[in-house]
Amino acid sequence: MSKVHVSTTVNGDAVEFLCESDETLLDVLRDRLNLTGAKEGCGTGDCGACSVSLDGRLVCSCLVLGAEVEGSAIETVEGVATEDALHPIQRHLLENAALQCGICTPGIVVAAKALLQKHPDPTEEEVRYWLAGNLCRCTGYDKIIRAVLSAAAEMRGASA
Amino acid sequence: MRYVIARSCPEAVALLGGAEDARILAGGSDVLVRMKLELQKPDVLIDIKKIAGFREIAAENGGYRIGAAVSGAEMGEHDGLKSLWPGVVEAVELIGSTQVQGRATMVGNLCNGSPAADSVPAMLAAAAVARVEGPDGTRDVPVHALLDKPGSTTLGKAELVSSVLLPARPLRSGDAYLRFIPRTEMDIAVASAGVSLSLDENGVVSAAMVALGAVAPTAVLVAKAANALLGSKLDTAALAACATACSAACNPIDDKRGTVEFRTKVAGVLASRAAKIAYQRAGGTL
Amino acid sequence: MTKQTFKILGSRPIRPDGVEKVTGKALFGADKSVSGMLHARILRSPHAHAEIVSIDTGKAEALAGVKAVITGDDFAPVENQETLYTMQNCMAQGRALYDGHAVAAVAATSRKIAGEALSLIEVRYKTLPHVTDVDEAMKPGAPLLHEGVKGRHLGDDVSGNTVSYCRFGHGDVEAGFAGADKIVERSFKTAAAHQGYIEPHACLADLGADGRGDLWCSTQGHYLVRETCAEIMQMEASQLRVTASEIGGGFGGKTTIFIEPVALMLSRKAGKPVKVVMNRDEVFRASGPTMSSSMDIKIGMRKDGKITAAQARLRYQGGAFPYEMVSMGAMSAFAAYDLEHVQTEGWDVMTNRPKMISYRAPGAPMAVYAVESVVDELCRTLELDPLDTRLKNAAREGVKSSYGPRFKAIGLVECLEAARAHPHYSAPLAANTGRGVSCGFWFNFGGQVSVSMAINTDGTVNLIEGNPDIGGSRASISMMAAEALGIPLGRVRTTIGDTASIGFSDTTDGSRVTFAVGIATINAANAAIREMCKRAAKIWEIDEDAVEWVDGAAQPAGHNAGDFPPMSLAEIAATSGKTGGPIAGHHEGAPDKAGVSFGVHLVDVEVDPETGFTAIKRYTAFQDAGKAIHPAYVEGQIQGGVVQGIGWALNEEYVYGTDGRLQNPGFLDYRIPVASDLPMIDAVIIEVPNPGHPFGVRGVGETSIVPPLAAVSNGVAQAIGQRLFELPMSPPKILKAIS
Repeated sequence: MSKVHVSTTVNGDAVEFLCESDETLLDVLRDRLNLTGAKEGCGTGDCGACSVSLDGRLVCSCLVLGAEVEGSAIETVEGVATEDALHPIQRHLLENAALQCGICTPGIVVAAKALLQKHPDPTEEEVRYWLAGNLCRCTGYDKIIRAVLSAAAEMRGASA
Repeated sequence: MRYVIARSCPEAVALLGGAEDARILAGGSDVLVRMKLELQKPDVLIDIKKIAGFREIAAENGGYRIGAAVSGAEMGEHDGLKSLWPGVVEAVELIGSTQVQGRATMVGNLCNGSPAADSVPAMLAAAAVARVEGPDGTRDVPVHALLDKPGSTTLGKAELVSSVLLPARPLRSGDAYLRFIPRTEMDIAVASAGVSLSLDENGVVSAAMVALGAVAPTAVLVAKAANALLGSKLDTAALAACATACSAACNPIDDKRGTVEFRTKVAGVLASRAAKIAYQRAGGTL
Repeated sequence: MTKQTFKILGSRPIRPDGVEKVTGKALFGADKSVSGMLHARILRSPHAHAEIVSIDTGKAEALAGVKAVITGDDFAPVENQETLYTMQNCMAQGRALYDGHAVAAVAATSRKIAGEALSLIEVRYKTLPHVTDVDEAMKPGAPLLHEGVKGRHLGDDVSGNTVSYCRFGHGDVEAGFAGADKIVERSFKTAAAHQGYIEPHACLADLGADGRGDLWCSTQGHYLVRETCAEIMQMEASQLRVTASEIGGGFGGKTTIFIEPVALMLSRKAGKPVKVVMNRDEVFRASGPTMSSSMDIKIGMRKDGKITAAQARLRYQGGAFPYEMVSMGAMSAFAAYDLEHVQTEGWDVMTNRPKMISYRAPGAPMAVYAVESVVDELCRTLELDPLDTRLKNAAREGVKSSYGPRFKAIGLVECLEAARAHPHYSAPLAANTGRGVSCGFWFNFGGQVSVSMAINTDGTVNLIEGNPDIGGSRASISMMAAEALGIPLGRVRTTIGDTASIGFSDTTDGSRVTFAVGIATINAANAAIREMCKRAAKIWEIDEDAVEWVDGAAQPAGHNAGDFPPMSLAEIAATSGKTGGPIAGHHEGAPDKAGVSFGVHLVDVEVDPETGFTAIKRYTAFQDAGKAIHPAYVEGQIQGGVVQGIGWALNEEYVYGTDGRLQNPGFLDYRIPVASDLPMIDAVIIEVPNPGHPFGVRGVGETSIVPPLAAVSNGVAQAIGQRLFELPMSPPKILKAIS
C-alpha cells in the first residue's frame, strides 16, 4: 500500500510529506516533521493536548488525517512566537505561573490564541468554556484562566 | 486502508457501494476515534468535504439547507441559522470541545447512530428532513425515519446524507435543546430533550414538538408530551404533564453514565426546562 | 524559629524552563527519537484473571518489519521479591492478573506493523474466577491472587488476598466512647481513581551489544528506574544510564515502572533502540491507579464538642500484587486531632485490578474523607460550629499524634483560625447551596539527595541535582542556591542530571524535593562558600577563619583581620584557576526533619435538586507551607490538589463490569474536572516554619488533595439535607438521595 503525498503549509512554511492513509496529522507533525510541540494525551479528541490551528480553525490534530491537509495552512505551537518575541499569551502564562508540568501548555497556547483572535474581550466564563477541551491536571485551571484574561487585556490595550 | 477524496455525490455513492467496509469521512470526530480505539478498520475512507455544496449553509424556502460537511463551528457563526433554529445550533455546539466543534458535523452526528447524539433530538423537534443520495438517486427522508438502532441508521450500504433541511417556521416560534451531563462539558449526554414551539398571538402554544435523546435505543419524538403543551401557556400543570409523558416514553439502560431511574426522571425535567426556553424564544412570557 | 528575612525567597520569578514549555521545545517522554529506532506495541490480557496456557509468537515474528517479540519467558527470575512483582506486572508470567495485564510485546519498524504483529500473536487463556471488590476479595474463599503472601498474624476470617495488617493509636477507645454524649458510626466506600496525568508513559531504550544501556523515560525517579531495571535486566547500575525527560504529570503515578523493562528487553533482543509509548487506554488499564476502599469510622463526642474517642477500620484494595499502603491512611486518618483515645486498623487486599502506585498523599484522602464526614455529622447533630469544634480538638505542638510521634511546630491551628476569620466562612449561602469544611494532613518526607554546584569563572553557577521536576522545583532550587550564595537569581542554572552524572537521589515524591534538595543545595552552597573564603584568605594572605561571607562576597571578619575590600563570588571565581583550581560545592545526604503539613478547606457547593448536578461555587484552601519559597508555585500545588480532590469527590471512578473488565479507560468516561467546571481556587498560604529546614520549608505538594473529598461531601450534605457515604457522588447517586 503506497503512501499519500501531501503538500501543505506549516507555520508559514511550505512543507511536503508522505504519510500512511490512516496516519493522523498529529502523528505526521510529531514523527515526520519533528514538530513535537503538539502532544498525544489521549488520541481521541478528549484532552486537547494536540491542538493546532487548521485553516484558521482550532482543531485536535489527532482527529485530522495527514492526508486531509493537502493545500491547507496549519499553525502549531512552534509557530506562535515570532523570531523576536513570545506571544502575549505565552508571556502571561509564564508571568502567572500558569504551568507546572507543561504538557498541556502547547495546546492551551494554541487554543487561547484562537479564542482571543475570535473574542478579544472574553469573560471568565467564556474563557473557561472555550478551554473546556484542554485538560490540565496540575494547575486546577485558576492561573491559566487569569493568564488568558490578562493577555487579552494587554492585547486589547496594544491594539487600542 | 484507502483514503479517497470524492468529487461528486455519484462518486461517493459508487465508492460506498464498491468496498466491503467503506466509511464516510466528514469531520472525522467519530470515525477517527473508532479507528484509534481499534473498533473499526475501514477498507476505504471517503472524504466528502470537497463535494460541491457540502460545505454550504443555503437559505431555502424560508429555512436552511445544511450541507453534510458543515462543521458545528460554522453553524454557530451563521446568524440567520442561529436566529431561526437556535435550539438546533446550540445542540450541535454542545458536541465535544471547541476543537471538536471545528470538525464535527451535524450530519455526521446523525449518521453515527448514537442514541445520545446531541443534534438528533433538536432535529426531530425541528421536523428536519434529510436528503439521501444513493444508487437509485435522491430522496428526502424525515430525520426520524433514519433512526434505526444504536450504531446504525436506516441508510442503505451505498447511501449517504448530502444535506439536512431545517424548514421555515411561522412567526412566534422558538426551539431549545438541553442535555444532562455530569460535568459542564466534554461528556456524552446522559439524557437530553429538544423542544420546538409555535405560539399564537396570545402566547398560547399552537404547535409543539418534543423529542428525547439518550433514553431509548434511538432518539424519540414524544407526541404525548407535545400534546400536553398544546393550548397552554406552559402553566405548571401542562409542564408537569409534559414531564410525566416524557418519563413514560423513556426506555433507557443502566450504564456507566446513568441509571434507568436517573435518566427517566431527568428526561422529564429537561423537557420541561427546554420548553420554557423555547417558549421565551418564541416571544412568550413566563 | 525566628522570622528570617530573605532577598529572593518569597518572590515570584519566572521559571527557568518556562520558555521551552510555552513554545513546545521542551522534550517529554515521547518526544525523543533516534535513528534506527523501532516502535513497540504491547499485547494485553482481555481477561481479569486467566492462566496463560500458551503464547505462539511465530506468525508475529515472521511479519516483515518485526525485529523482536518478547513474553514473560524472556525475563529471568530476580531475587528481590518487590522487583519480581514489579517485573511480573510489566510482563505477566504464567497468569494474567487483570484486564490490561501485559502478556507480550513487539518491536517493529513502524507502530503500524507492531500493531499488526500483535494481532498475529496467538495466546491461549484459561479464564479463572476473578474479584475486583475489596470486601469481596477479603472474604474467605475469594479467588486468590497469589499464594503464601497473607499478612502475618492474620486469621482464617480473612482470605489469602489480605497481605497486610496495621494498627496505630493509644489509650482505650471503649472507655472513651463511654464518656461520649453522642456517637456516630458510619461505613464508607470510595472508588479507585487515577492520577490522571495528561502525558502517557513513554520511554526510549537503547541496549547495545556491549551491554551498556541508555534509557530515556518520563519518570519521577530515574535512579529508581535504573536500580529496578538493572536488576531485571541483570545489568550493573553503572552500565545503565537513565535520563529523565521533562515529565507531563506524575502525582505519584510515575514513581514506578511499567514499560521500561519491556523497552530494554526488546532493545536487547532486536539490537536497536526501541521506543515504547502507552496509549490512553493502556494508561488507565495498566498503569497504577490508587486504591478503592471500604471503611468503618466511629467517633464519640461530648455535647461541648470534645472528641472522647475515635476509631477507624480501613480496608484498601491495591490491585493484583502484594503491596502496603493502608498504613498511610491509618496514620493520617486522625492526625488533625488531639485525642486521648484513638485506634486505627488497616488491611491491604489484592484484587484482579492493575497494581496500585502512589497518588498524591497515598492512602490519606479516603481515610480523611471518612473521618471528616463523621466529624461533620457530629457537629451538625450537636449543632456545633465545624471550625470551632476542630479548633477545640486540634493537634498542636507537643501533642501526641494519633500515629505515634509528638508533633513539633505545626500550623493546623493557624489554618483553622485563618479559615474562621476568612470572609468565605461568613458569606451568606445561596439557595440549594451547602458549605463544607475539612482538615487535611500529610507527613512529607526527606530521603536521599545528591547535589553538585559548580562556580563558573564568570561568576555564574551550574547546579546539578537528581530529582525530576514535576512542579517547578528547578526554580525553587535555583532560588535557594542564589539566596544562600548571595547572588542574583539569574546567575544560577539548575539542571537535572542523568544517573551517570551525579549520585543517587530518591524519587520525586513525598513532597520532598523543595525540602530535601533544598537542604542539600544550601549545604552545597555553604561548601562552595567555604572554599571561596579559603581562596580569598589565600589571596589576602590571612587566616581562613578570618574570612566571612556576606551578601555574595568574601570579606575580612572584623577590622583586626585586615582592611581588604570584599571580593565577590565573580571575582573569586575569575581567578580560581590560579588559586587552586575549579571551585565547586557538593552535598550528599538524607535529611530527615521534614515537617508535616496541615490544610483546611472551605467549599460552597450548589446542587440542582431536580437533577443532582453539583457545581463548585466557591473554594478557599488554607495550607501551612512552612516557608513558601516561590508563593505562586505553592499556590499552584494547592490549587492542583484541590481540583483533583474535587474530581475524586464528584465524578472520577474506575468502573468495572461483572466480567472484571474496566469499562471507562478513557478521558471521555473517566471524568476529570474541566475548566468550565470550576471557579477560581483561593489558595491561602500559612507559614509556620519547619524547624527542621534552614529556611523553614515544609513539603506542600500533597496535603491539598486530602481535604476536598470530605469538604465537598460535607457541602453536599448541607445542600441537600442528606448525607452520602460513597464516592464519587455522581449525579444519579445524589438525585437518588434527594428523592
